Amino acid sequence: MIIEGKAISYLQDNINTDEIIPARYLNTSDPDQLASHCMEDLDKEFLTRKKAIGADILVTGSNMGCGSSREHAPIAIKHAGIKAIIAPSFARIFFRNAINTGLPIFECKDPEFFKAVKNGDVLRIHADQGTVENTTTGKKHAIQHMPAFLQELIKVGGLVPFAKAIVKKSK
Amino acid sequence: MGGMTITEKIFAEKCAKPSISPGEFVLASVDMALANDITAPLAIKTFNQVSDKVFDKKRIALILDHFTPNKDISSAEQCKLVREFARKHQIDYFYDTGRVGIEHCLLPEQGIVAPGDLVIGADSHTCTYGALGAFATGMGSSDLGVAFALGKAWFKVPESIKFVYSGKLREWVSGKDLILYTIGKIGVEGANYKAMEFTGPAIDELDMAGRFTMCNMAIEAGGKAGIVNPDQKTIDYVKDRVKREYKVHRSDPGAQYCDTIEIDCNQLEPQVSFPHLPSSAKPISEVTNARIPVDQVVIGSCTNGRIEDLRVAAKILKGKEVSRDVRCIVFPGTQQIYLDAMKEGLVEIFIKANCAVSTPTCGPCLGGHCGILAKGEKAVSTTNRNFIGRMGDTSSEIYLASPAVAAATAVKGFICSPADLESTPRRSKK
Repeated sequence: MIIEGKAISYLQDNINTDEIIPARYLNTSDPDQLASHCMEDLDKEFLTRKKAIGADILVTGSNMGCGSSREHAPIAIKHAGIKAIIAPSFARIFFRNAINTGLPIFECKDPEFFKAVKNGDVLRIHADQGTVENTTTGKKHAIQHMPAFLQELIKVGGLVPFAKAIVKKSK
Repeated sequence: MGGMTITEKIFAEKCAKPSISPGEFVLASVDMALANDITAPLAIKTFNQVSDKVFDKKRIALILDHFTPNKDISSAEQCKLVREFARKHQIDYFYDTGRVGIEHCLLPEQGIVAPGDLVIGADSHTCTYGALGAFATGMGSSDLGVAFALGKAWFKVPESIKFVYSGKLREWVSGKDLILYTIGKIGVEGANYKAMEFTGPAIDELDMAGRFTMCNMAIEAGGKAGIVNPDQKTIDYVKDRVKREYKVHRSDPGAQYCDTIEIDCNQLEPQVSFPHLPSSAKPISEVTNARIPVDQVVIGSCTNGRIEDLRVAAKILKGKEVSRDVRCIVFPGTQQIYLDAMKEGLVEIFIKANCAVSTPTCGPCLGGHCGILAKGEKAVSTTNRNFIGRMGDTSSEIYLASPAVAAATAVKGFICSPADLESTPRRSKK
């Protein structure tokens, strides 16, 4: 899997689900409505900024997505047009919600990557090689390999197809 | 092999394996799968893609507690969708307005979760049930939708951190203070992906309410679960509530932990977590002198909405009045807690002290309704999160504390401890 896109970065740690999609918008589960409020309490200008840059890869600080279990958070990000997230670490529930909803996320432990990355940099993620290349700086950085189980889950298309296959087998 | 933790024992049993190791990916059977009015609609959408039959109508709980009584048309629609699903599939544990309580107060009270259970919930504070010696963890709606169909979920078996609390708790120091202090010590990511096993003499002494509070906030340190080894207090709590069979597991003496953290409770003070992270905990003695004025006090929630919490608050508020500059809102966790609070005269104390007493709801904790903060306002809250904008405007601030500190603050109008109430002579205020 290779994902290429332009970066938009918010390097603060502990970006939480209340900032990603505030609870006042949780009276709906419509992906487009959720996306229209994406990151609103972190940066009111997120969507216009993202559009101006043409960004589709989100780069954040550590413990990304901490807080609530709301799956609305990765859904809002995904439907706002983000193809992947790179962070030093992710909060546990956010991690599985992203995987389950088919939003690829990657842990990068190399501080040099985060130091160098600028909005608009073109990033190329090689999931199989375990690298992210910042083609603007020309440097490659290691990303953590995804465990085999999760790769399998993503390969079949996420949690729903995975579950459907189990139901089919048991019939 | 040096023995297993309670967490590993529960996972081994739910995977029908003799033993299990941290790091293993497993598909395990769940004993209870729950969702609320915010997360259930998405879970139902997922369920409908996977199956047309629920795995077991007695193993699903649907609790309409967040934006209820319906706060607007959209939330009414969400509740309607869940209600129709519950009727169609004849879900046993469906709780609607009038019967509903805050999920993590309600399910243990009703005996719906039990020791040894593997519980998943589309709510991050599902970890509360670890106080019963269950492994309980929050997940997303898709996980729950799939679990409604299969009765299973995927897990990475977590490593455990052992927390050993020694010594005796001082007056006004509660489970809330222990957990705020702990999160302050290890940070909001300190237990990411790990089970937090709470042990030691101070935990043995703690009542069930205090243990629920501690396990409830394990997620605020990133924990996958908080868990307490069941003892006589646990058994006494569940014996008249749980109507099905359950199994009591305890960690072996030789069990492996990735870390052991010792905390001496003898000198521990009531804690206040400053905006905007639960880990910004300070002892009350460093806070009182700053005389931080507050606009609102919230007492309740899945963290501190139990009868024991209300008793502490009422003890402090009895015969006193909430400061004219403060709105104090009390949320009993369940209808039963509300009734008990009435019988014990607590509700009368609250109302006479000029508190607003609300029906059980998650409302203000997540900035949903029933107590939203305006620009720049400050609140002391017994809830679990003080993130930016959590309770209202993004410029508002939340200080997390115990019911005791919250009640004392409501009276004084600035953040203080109950001990500060006693030591100050009651003079007329300017």
